[in-house]
Amino acid sequence: MLEESSEPGWLSEEVKTGTTIIAIEFDGGVVLGSDSRVSAGETVVNRVMNKLSLLHDKIYCALSGSAADAQTIAEMVNYQLDVHSIEVGEDPQVRSAATLVKNISYKYKEELSAHLIVAGWDKRGGGQVYVTLNGLLSRQPFAVGGSGSSYVYGFVDAEYRKAMSKEDCQQFVVNTLSLAMSRDGSSGGVAYLVTIDEKGAEEKCILGNELPTFYDQ
Amino acid sequence: MERHLMDSKIKGVSTGTTILAVTFNGGVIIGSDSRASIGGYYVSSKTINKLIQVHDRIFCCIAGSLADAQAVTKAAKFQISFHSIQMESPPLVKAAASVLKELCYNNKEELQAGFITAGWDRKKGPQVYTVALGGMLLSQPFTIGGSGSTYIYGYADAKYKPDMSKEECLQFATNALALAMGRDNVSGGVAHLVVITEEGVEHVVIPGDKLPKFHDE
Repeated sequence: MLEESSEPGWLSEEVKTGTTIIAIEFDGGVVLGSDSRVSAGETVVNRVMNKLSLLHDKIYCALSGSAADAQTIAEMVNYQLDVHSIEVGEDPQVRSAATLVKNISYKYKEELSAHLIVAGWDKRGGGQVYVTLNGLLSRQPFAVGGSGSSYVYGFVDAEYRKAMSKEDCQQFVVNTLSLAMSRDGSSGGVAYLVTIDEKGAEEKCILGNELPTFYDQ
Repeated sequence: MERHLMDSKIKGVSTGTTILAVTFNGGVIIGSDSRASIGGYYVSSKTINKLIQVHDRIFCCIAGSLADAQAVTKAAKFQISFHSIQMESPPLVKAAASVLKELCYNNKEELQAGFITAGWDRKKGPQVYTVALGGMLLSQPFTIGGSGSTYIYGYADAKYKPDMSKEECLQFATNALALAMGRDNVSGGVAHLVVITEEGVEHVVIPGDKLPKFHDE
Protein backbone atom coordinates (compact mmCIF):
# COMPACT_ATOMS: atom_id res chain seq x y z
CA MET A 1 0.00 0.00 0.00
CA LEU A 2 1.44 3.41 -0.94
CA GLU A 3 1.69 5.92 1.88
CA GLU A 4 -0.10 9.17 0.99
CA SER A 5 1.04 11.38 3.88
CA SER A 6 4.51 12.90 3.84
CA GLU A 7 4.70 13.46 7.57
CA PRO A 8 5.74 10.69 9.94
CA GLY A 9 3.07 8.81 11.84
CA TRP A 10 4.22 9.85 15.31
CA LEU A 11 3.23 13.47 14.68
CA SER A 12 -0.41 12.71 14.16
CA GLU A 13 -1.27 9.16 15.16
CA GLU A 14 -2.35 8.03 18.59
CA VAL A 15 0.22 6.06 20.53
CA LYS A 16 -0.94 2.46 20.90
CA THR A 17 0.60 -0.55 22.45
CA GLY A 18 -0.50 -2.78 19.55
CA THR A 19 0.85 -5.74 21.34
CA THR A 20 0.89 -9.31 22.49
CA ILE A 21 0.23 -10.07 26.15
CA ILE A 22 -0.28 -13.38 27.88
CA ALA A 23 -0.81 -14.63 31.42
CA ILE A 24 -1.05 -18.22 32.66
CA GLU A 25 -1.68 -19.89 36.02
CA PHE A 26 0.32 -22.74 37.45
CA ASP A 27 0.01 -24.48 40.77
CA GLY A 28 1.49 -21.94 43.15
CA GLY A 29 1.64 -18.83 40.97
CA VAL A 30 1.34 -17.15 37.59
CA VAL A 31 3.57 -16.20 34.67
CA LEU A 32 2.90 -12.99 32.70
CA GLY A 33 4.55 -12.10 29.41
CA SER A 34 4.53 -9.25 26.92
CA ASP A 35 6.40 -7.86 23.95
CA SER A 36 7.92 -4.36 24.05
CA ARG A 37 6.80 -2.45 20.97
CA VAL A 38 4.82 0.82 21.13
CA SER A 39 3.64 2.21 17.82
CA ALA A 40 2.10 5.49 16.62
CA GLY A 41 0.66 4.64 13.22
CA GLU A 42 3.48 2.90 11.40
CA THR A 43 6.28 4.39 13.50
CA VAL A 44 7.70 2.48 16.44
CA VAL A 45 8.04 5.13 19.15
CA ASN A 46 9.39 2.86 21.87
CA ARG A 47 10.97 -0.53 21.21
CA VAL A 48 11.73 -1.47 24.81
CA MET A 49 8.63 -0.63 26.80
CA ASN A 50 7.79 -2.93 29.66
CA LYS A 51 4.06 -3.56 29.44
CA LEU A 52 3.93 -5.57 32.65
CA SER A 53 2.97 -3.04 35.26
CA LEU A 54 3.04 -3.52 39.01
CA LEU A 55 -0.24 -3.15 40.86
CA HIS A 56 1.01 -4.58 44.13
CA ASP A 57 3.88 -6.74 45.41
CA LYS A 58 2.40 -9.95 44.05
CA ILE A 59 -0.11 -8.57 41.55
CA TYR A 60 0.84 -7.37 38.07
CA CYS A 61 -1.16 -6.33 35.06
CA ALA A 62 -0.37 -6.55 31.35
CA LEU A 63 -1.26 -3.51 29.23
CA SER A 64 -2.66 -3.40 25.70
CA GLY A 65 -4.58 -0.95 23.52
CA SER A 66 -4.09 2.79 23.88
CA ALA A 67 -0.85 3.34 25.81
CA ALA A 68 -2.10 6.40 27.67
CA ASP A 69 -5.36 4.81 28.74
CA ALA A 70 -3.69 1.60 29.88
CA GLN A 71 -0.99 3.35 31.90
CA THR A 72 -3.52 5.63 33.57
CA ILE A 73 -5.74 2.75 34.60
CA ALA A 74 -2.75 0.89 36.01
CA GLU A 75 -1.61 3.92 38.03
CA MET A 76 -5.08 4.57 39.41
CA VAL A 77 -5.51 0.97 40.47
CA ASN A 78 -2.03 0.90 42.01
CA TYR A 79 -3.04 3.82 44.21
CA GLN A 80 -6.43 2.36 45.10
CA LEU A 81 -4.86 -0.98 45.99
CA ASP A 82 -2.31 0.66 48.29
CA VAL A 83 -5.10 2.37 50.18
CA HIS A 84 -7.17 -0.83 50.25
CA SER A 85 -4.32 -2.97 51.56
CA ILE A 86 -3.66 -0.52 54.40
CA GLU A 87 -7.35 -0.56 55.28
CA VAL A 88 -7.57 -4.35 55.45
CA GLY A 89 -4.13 -4.72 56.99
CA GLU A 90 -2.83 -7.42 54.65
CA ASP A 91 -1.92 -8.07 51.03
CA PRO A 92 -4.88 -7.54 48.69
CA GLN A 93 -6.49 -10.38 46.79
CA VAL A 94 -5.92 -10.68 43.06
CA ARG A 95 -9.67 -10.62 42.61
CA SER A 96 -9.83 -7.22 44.32
CA ALA A 97 -7.24 -5.78 41.96
CA ALA A 98 -9.09 -7.20 38.97
CA THR A 99 -12.36 -5.77 40.24
CA LEU A 100 -10.85 -2.31 40.57
CA VAL A 101 -9.57 -2.50 36.99
CA LYS A 102 -12.93 -3.79 35.83
CA ASN A 103 -14.79 -0.94 37.55
CA ILE A 104 -12.77 1.68 35.71
CA SER A 105 -12.96 -0.18 32.37
CA TYR A 106 -16.72 -0.58 32.64
CA LYS A 107 -17.55 2.89 33.90
CA TYR A 108 -15.52 4.61 31.19
CA LYS A 109 -15.94 2.00 28.50
CA GLU A 110 -16.93 4.55 25.84
CA GLU A 111 -13.91 6.79 26.43
CA LEU A 112 -11.22 4.22 27.08
CA SER A 113 -9.74 1.73 24.69
CA ALA A 114 -7.39 -0.37 26.74
CA HIS A 115 -7.48 -3.97 27.83
CA LEU A 116 -5.64 -5.10 30.92
CA ILE A 117 -5.02 -8.68 32.00
CA VAL A 118 -4.57 -8.89 35.78
CA ALA A 119 -2.62 -11.75 37.32
CA GLY A 120 -0.96 -12.50 40.63
CA TRP A 121 -0.73 -14.64 43.73
CA ASP A 122 -2.59 -14.38 47.01
CA LYS A 123 -2.75 -16.79 49.91
CA ARG A 124 -6.44 -17.48 49.56
CA GLY A 125 -6.61 -18.45 45.90
CA GLY A 126 -3.03 -19.15 44.83
CA GLY A 127 -2.14 -18.09 41.30
CA GLN A 128 -5.01 -16.41 39.42
CA VAL A 129 -5.48 -14.78 36.00
CA TYR A 130 -8.37 -12.39 35.30
CA VAL A 131 -9.47 -10.78 32.02
CA THR A 132 -11.17 -7.39 32.13
CA LEU A 133 -11.98 -6.81 28.47
CA ASN A 134 -14.61 -4.07 27.95
CA GLY A 135 -15.62 -4.19 31.57
CA LEU A 136 -16.27 -7.87 32.09
CA LEU A 137 -14.50 -9.80 34.85
CA SER A 138 -13.65 -13.42 34.22
CA ARG A 139 -11.12 -15.79 35.71
CA GLN A 140 -9.38 -18.08 33.24
CA PRO A 141 -6.54 -20.63 33.43
CA PHE A 142 -4.70 -18.54 30.84
CA ALA A 143 -5.42 -15.45 28.74
CA VAL A 144 -3.93 -13.79 25.66
CA GLY A 145 -4.60 -10.27 24.47
CA GLY A 146 -3.54 -7.50 22.14
CA SER A 147 -3.31 -7.38 18.37
CA GLY A 148 -0.78 -10.19 18.18
CA SER A 149 -2.98 -12.59 20.10
CA SER A 150 -5.15 -13.39 17.04
CA TYR A 151 -2.24 -15.19 15.41
CA VAL A 152 -1.56 -17.47 18.34
CA TYR A 153 -5.06 -18.60 19.36
CA GLY A 154 -4.52 -21.84 17.48
CA PHE A 155 -1.12 -22.40 19.08
CA VAL A 156 -2.27 -21.78 22.65
CA ASP A 157 -5.42 -23.88 22.16
CA ALA A 158 -3.28 -26.78 20.97
CA GLU A 159 -0.41 -26.50 23.41
CA TYR A 160 -2.05 -25.62 26.72
CA ARG A 161 -2.34 -28.47 29.16
CA LYS A 162 -3.69 -28.37 32.70
CA ALA A 163 -1.24 -28.62 35.59
CA MET A 164 1.92 -27.44 33.82
CA SER A 165 4.96 -26.75 35.96
CA LYS A 166 6.42 -23.28 36.45
CA GLU A 167 9.20 -23.90 33.93
CA ASP A 168 6.75 -25.32 31.35
CA CYS A 169 4.59 -22.22 31.75
CA GLN A 170 7.56 -19.92 31.24
CA GLN A 171 8.53 -21.82 28.09
CA PHE A 172 4.93 -21.74 26.87
CA VAL A 173 4.77 -17.97 27.35
CA VAL A 174 8.11 -17.37 25.59
CA ASN A 175 7.14 -19.58 22.64
CA THR A 176 3.77 -17.88 22.27
CA LEU A 177 5.28 -14.40 22.40
CA SER A 178 7.94 -15.32 19.87
CA LEU A 179 5.38 -16.69 17.39
CA ALA A 180 3.10 -13.66 17.76
CA MET A 181 5.96 -11.19 17.47
CA SER A 182 7.10 -12.75 14.22
CA ARG A 183 3.66 -12.44 12.60
CA ASP A 184 2.19 -9.23 14.06
CA GLY A 185 3.61 -5.96 12.76
CA SER A 186 2.57 -4.18 15.94
CA SER A 187 4.41 -6.57 18.28
CA GLY A 188 8.15 -6.95 18.54
CA GLY A 189 11.32 -5.99 20.33
CA VAL A 190 12.17 -7.96 23.46
CA ALA A 191 10.05 -10.22 25.61
CA TYR A 192 9.37 -9.37 29.24
CA LEU A 193 8.42 -12.09 31.68
CA VAL A 194 7.22 -11.83 35.25
CA THR A 195 6.83 -14.93 37.44
CA ILE A 196 4.83 -14.42 40.62
CA ASP A 197 4.58 -16.94 43.44
CA GLU A 198 4.39 -17.03 47.22
CA LYS A 199 7.93 -15.73 47.53
CA GLY A 200 7.43 -12.67 45.34
CA ALA A 201 7.72 -11.45 41.78
CA GLU A 202 10.68 -12.15 39.53
CA GLU A 203 11.14 -10.01 36.40
CA LYS A 204 13.05 -11.21 33.39
CA CYS A 205 13.88 -9.77 29.99
CA ILE A 206 14.64 -11.97 26.98
CA LEU A 207 16.41 -10.20 24.13
CA GLY A 208 15.23 -10.56 20.54
CA ASN A 209 18.08 -12.80 19.45
CA GLU A 210 17.57 -15.14 22.41
CA LEU A 211 13.93 -15.87 21.60
CA PRO A 212 13.10 -19.34 20.27
CA THR A 213 12.97 -19.57 16.47
CA PHE A 214 10.67 -21.72 14.40
CA TYR A 215 10.64 -23.24 10.96
CA ASP A 216 11.08 -20.29 8.62
CA GLN A 217 13.36 -18.12 10.73
CA MET B 1 -5.48 -6.94 7.59
CA GLU B 2 -6.08 -7.89 4.02
CA ARG B 3 -8.33 -10.82 4.75
CA HIS B 4 -10.56 -9.12 7.31
CA LEU B 5 -11.07 -6.23 4.90
CA MET B 6 -11.90 -8.68 2.14
CA ASP B 7 -14.56 -10.53 4.08
CA SER B 8 -16.36 -7.50 5.46
CA LYS B 9 -16.60 -5.77 2.09
CA ILE B 10 -17.90 -8.77 0.19
CA LYS B 11 -21.51 -8.58 -0.75
CA GLY B 12 -23.43 -11.77 -1.17
CA VAL B 13 -22.15 -15.17 -0.32
CA SER B 14 -18.55 -15.35 0.81
CA THR B 15 -16.47 -18.23 1.94
CA GLY B 16 -15.31 -16.71 5.22
CA THR B 17 -13.11 -19.67 5.54
CA THR B 18 -10.02 -21.58 6.49
CA ILE B 19 -7.95 -23.15 3.72
CA LEU B 20 -4.50 -24.65 3.74
CA ALA B 21 -2.08 -26.69 1.69
CA VAL B 22 0.99 -28.51 3.01
CA THR B 23 3.71 -30.46 1.21
CA PHE B 24 5.04 -33.69 2.68
CA ASN B 25 7.50 -36.30 1.60
CA GLY B 26 6.01 -37.53 -1.68
CA GLY B 27 2.88 -35.44 -1.99
CA VAL B 28 0.75 -32.57 -0.88
CA ILE B 29 -2.38 -32.24 1.25
CA ILE B 30 -4.90 -29.53 0.51
CA GLY B 31 -7.69 -28.88 3.00
CA SER B 32 -10.56 -26.60 3.90
CA ASP B 33 -13.61 -26.19 6.11
CA SER B 34 -17.10 -26.35 4.60
CA ARG B 35 -18.99 -23.25 5.66
CA ALA B 36 -20.29 -20.51 3.34
CA SER B 37 -21.77 -17.42 4.96
CA ILE B 38 -23.45 -14.15 4.11
CA GLY B 39 -22.13 -11.16 6.01
CA GLY B 40 -20.77 -13.32 8.78
CA TYR B 41 -24.14 -13.86 10.39
CA TYR B 42 -26.00 -16.36 8.22
CA VAL B 43 -24.59 -19.70 7.19
CA SER B 44 -25.80 -20.25 3.66
CA SER B 45 -24.23 -23.67 3.31
CA LYS B 46 -22.84 -26.10 5.86
CA THR B 47 -21.35 -28.53 3.40
CA ILE B 48 -19.85 -26.61 0.55
CA ASN B 49 -16.80 -28.12 -1.12
CA LYS B 50 -14.11 -25.53 -1.57
CA LEU B 51 -11.58 -27.93 -3.06
CA ILE B 52 -11.92 -27.75 -6.84
CA GLN B 53 -10.15 -30.22 -9.05
CA VAL B 54 -8.66 -28.35 -12.01
CA HIS B 55 -6.76 -31.35 -13.38
CA ASP B 56 -5.94 -34.95 -12.48
CA ARG B 57 -3.30 -34.07 -9.91
CA ILE B 58 -3.98 -30.38 -9.37
CA PHE B 59 -6.51 -28.91 -6.95
CA CYS B 60 -7.24 -25.41 -5.91
CA CYS B 61 -9.11 -23.99 -2.97
CA ILE B 62 -10.94 -20.74 -2.81
CA ALA B 63 -11.37 -17.94 -0.32
CA GLY B 64 -13.37 -14.78 -0.67
CA SER B 65 -16.43 -14.12 -2.77
CA LEU B 66 -17.91 -17.44 -3.81
CA ALA B 67 -19.29 -16.15 -7.10
CA ASP B 68 -15.94 -14.69 -8.15
CA ALA B 69 -14.12 -17.85 -7.13
CA GLN B 70 -16.43 -20.17 -9.03
CA ALA B 71 -16.27 -18.04 -12.18
CA VAL B 72 -12.49 -17.88 -12.07
CA THR B 73 -11.98 -21.58 -11.40
CA LYS B 74 -14.36 -22.50 -14.22
CA ALA B 75 -12.39 -20.37 -16.67
CA ALA B 76 -9.10 -21.69 -15.29
CA LYS B 77 -10.22 -25.34 -15.57
CA PHE B 78 -11.02 -24.84 -19.23
CA GLN B 79 -7.73 -23.08 -19.98
CA ILE B 80 -5.69 -25.71 -18.16
CA SER B 81 -7.26 -28.68 -19.94
CA PHE B 82 -6.83 -26.93 -23.27
CA HIS B 83 -3.19 -26.24 -22.43
CA SER B 84 -2.59 -29.84 -21.45
CA ILE B 85 -4.12 -31.13 -24.70
CA GLN B 86 -1.88 -28.79 -26.72
CA MET B 87 1.22 -29.87 -24.78
CA GLU B 88 0.18 -33.53 -24.88
CA SER B 89 1.21 -33.99 -21.28
CA PRO B 90 -0.23 -33.29 -17.82
CA PRO B 91 0.10 -29.62 -16.89
CA LEU B 92 2.66 -28.36 -14.42
CA VAL B 93 1.26 -27.14 -11.09
CA LYS B 94 3.01 -23.85 -11.76
CA ALA B 95 1.18 -23.53 -15.08
CA ALA B 96 -2.17 -24.02 -13.35
CA ALA B 97 -1.27 -21.46 -10.71
CA SER B 98 -0.16 -19.02 -13.40
CA VAL B 99 -3.47 -19.32 -15.20
CA LEU B 100 -5.25 -18.35 -11.99
CA LYS B 101 -2.80 -15.57 -11.38
CA GLU B 102 -3.37 -14.07 -14.86
CA LEU B 103 -7.12 -14.11 -14.31
CA CYS B 104 -6.79 -12.48 -10.88
CA TYR B 105 -4.25 -9.86 -11.95
CA ASN B 106 -6.03 -8.81 -15.14
CA ASN B 107 -9.35 -8.48 -13.34
CA LYS B 108 -8.03 -7.20 -10.06
CA GLU B 109 -10.49 -4.29 -9.84
CA GLU B 110 -13.58 -6.49 -10.00
CA LEU B 111 -12.52 -9.68 -8.28
CA GLN B 112 -12.37 -10.41 -4.58
CA ALA B 113 -11.02 -13.91 -4.30
CA GLY B 114 -7.76 -15.55 -3.33
CA PHE B 115 -6.59 -19.05 -4.21
CA ILE B 116 -4.27 -21.76 -3.08
CA THR B 117 -3.16 -24.18 -5.80
CA ALA B 118 -1.55 -27.46 -4.87
CA GLY B 119 -0.65 -30.57 -6.76
CA TRP B 120 1.92 -32.98 -8.02
CA ASP B 121 3.75 -32.98 -11.34
CA ARG B 122 6.58 -35.00 -12.84
CA LYS B 123 9.00 -32.07 -13.01
CA LYS B 124 9.05 -30.73 -9.46
CA GLY B 125 6.95 -33.16 -7.47
CA PRO B 126 4.60 -31.82 -4.80
CA GLN B 127 4.12 -28.04 -4.82
CA VAL B 128 1.97 -25.35 -3.22
CA TYR B 129 1.29 -21.93 -4.75
CA THR B 130 -0.61 -18.97 -3.33
CA VAL B 131 -2.38 -16.46 -5.54
CA ALA B 132 -3.21 -13.46 -3.39
CA LEU B 133 -5.96 -10.89 -3.85
CA GLY B 134 -4.18 -8.56 -6.27
CA GLY B 135 -2.64 -11.32 -8.35
CA MET B 136 0.68 -12.08 -6.63
CA LEU B 137 1.96 -15.63 -7.20
CA LEU B 138 4.17 -17.21 -4.55
CA SER B 139 5.51 -20.72 -4.05
CA GLN B 140 5.82 -21.98 -0.47
CA PRO B 141 6.29 -25.32 1.33
CA PHE B 142 2.96 -24.75 3.04
CA THR B 143 0.42 -21.98 3.16
CA ILE B 144 -2.76 -21.04 4.99
CA GLY B 145 -5.52 -18.69 3.88
CA GLY B 146 -8.98 -17.36 4.54
CA SER B 147 -10.34 -15.52 7.55
CA GLY B 148 -9.72 -18.43 9.91
CA SER B 149 -6.05 -18.60 9.03
CA THR B 150 -5.27 -15.59 11.26
CA TYR B 151 -5.73 -17.76 14.33
CA ILE B 152 -3.41 -20.55 13.26
CA TYR B 153 -0.34 -18.63 12.09
CA GLY B 154 1.32 -19.32 15.42
CA TYR B 155 0.36 -23.00 15.38
CA ALA B 156 1.47 -23.53 11.77
CA ASP B 157 4.80 -21.73 12.31
CA ALA B 158 5.50 -23.81 15.40
CA LYS B 159 4.41 -27.22 14.15
CA TYR B 160 5.36 -27.41 10.48
CA LYS B 161 8.41 -29.54 9.69
CA PRO B 162 9.76 -30.11 6.19
CA ASP B 163 9.62 -33.71 4.83
CA MET B 164 6.85 -35.00 7.07
CA SER B 165 5.29 -38.39 6.43
CA LYS B 166 1.76 -38.58 5.05
CA GLU B 167 0.27 -39.46 8.46
CA GLU B 168 2.09 -36.63 10.25
CA CYS B 169 0.98 -34.21 7.56
CA LEU B 170 -2.65 -35.36 7.80
CA GLN B 171 -2.52 -34.84 11.55
CA PHE B 172 -0.99 -31.37 11.14
CA ALA B 173 -3.61 -30.31 8.58
CA THR B 174 -6.52 -31.73 10.60
CA ASN B 175 -5.35 -30.07 13.81
CA ALA B 176 -4.83 -26.74 12.08
CA LEU B 177 -8.31 -26.80 10.54
CA ALA B 178 -9.91 -27.86 13.83
CA LEU B 179 -8.18 -25.06 15.74
CA ALA B 180 -9.17 -22.42 13.19
CA MET B 181 -12.76 -23.64 13.02
CA GLY B 182 -12.89 -23.47 16.81
CA ARG B 183 -11.97 -19.78 16.90
CA ASP B 184 -13.37 -18.33 13.65
CA ASN B 185 -17.13 -17.99 13.55
CA VAL B 186 -17.27 -17.98 9.75
CA SER B 187 -15.38 -21.27 9.43
CA GLY B 188 -16.95 -24.55 10.39
CA GLY B 189 -18.80 -27.65 9.32
CA VAL B 190 -16.72 -30.59 8.22
CA ALA B 191 -13.06 -30.72 7.29
CA HIS B 192 -12.33 -31.64 3.67
CA LEU B 193 -8.85 -32.94 2.93
CA VAL B 194 -7.39 -34.16 -0.36
CA VAL B 195 -4.12 -36.07 -0.46
CA ILE B 196 -2.36 -35.77 -3.84
CA THR B 197 0.58 -38.04 -4.71
CA GLU B 198 2.10 -39.51 -7.84
CA GLU B 199 -0.16 -42.54 -7.41
CA GLY B 200 -3.41 -40.65 -7.26
CA VAL B 201 -5.84 -38.54 -5.31
CA GLU B 202 -7.53 -39.48 -2.03
CA HIS B 203 -10.43 -37.58 -0.42
CA VAL B 204 -10.78 -37.55 3.33
CA VAL B 205 -13.83 -35.99 4.96
CA ILE B 206 -13.81 -35.53 8.72
CA PRO B 207 -17.20 -34.66 10.23
CA GLY B 208 -17.36 -32.05 12.96
CA ASP B 209 -17.71 -34.48 15.84
CA LYS B 210 -14.67 -36.50 14.78
CA LEU B 211 -12.32 -33.51 14.68
CA PRO B 212 -9.58 -33.39 17.31
CA LYS B 213 -10.61 -31.65 20.50
CA PHE B 214 -8.39 -29.37 22.52
CA HIS B 215 -8.18 -28.43 26.12
CA ASP B 216 -11.32 -26.37 26.58
CA GLU B 217 -13.77 -28.53 24.63
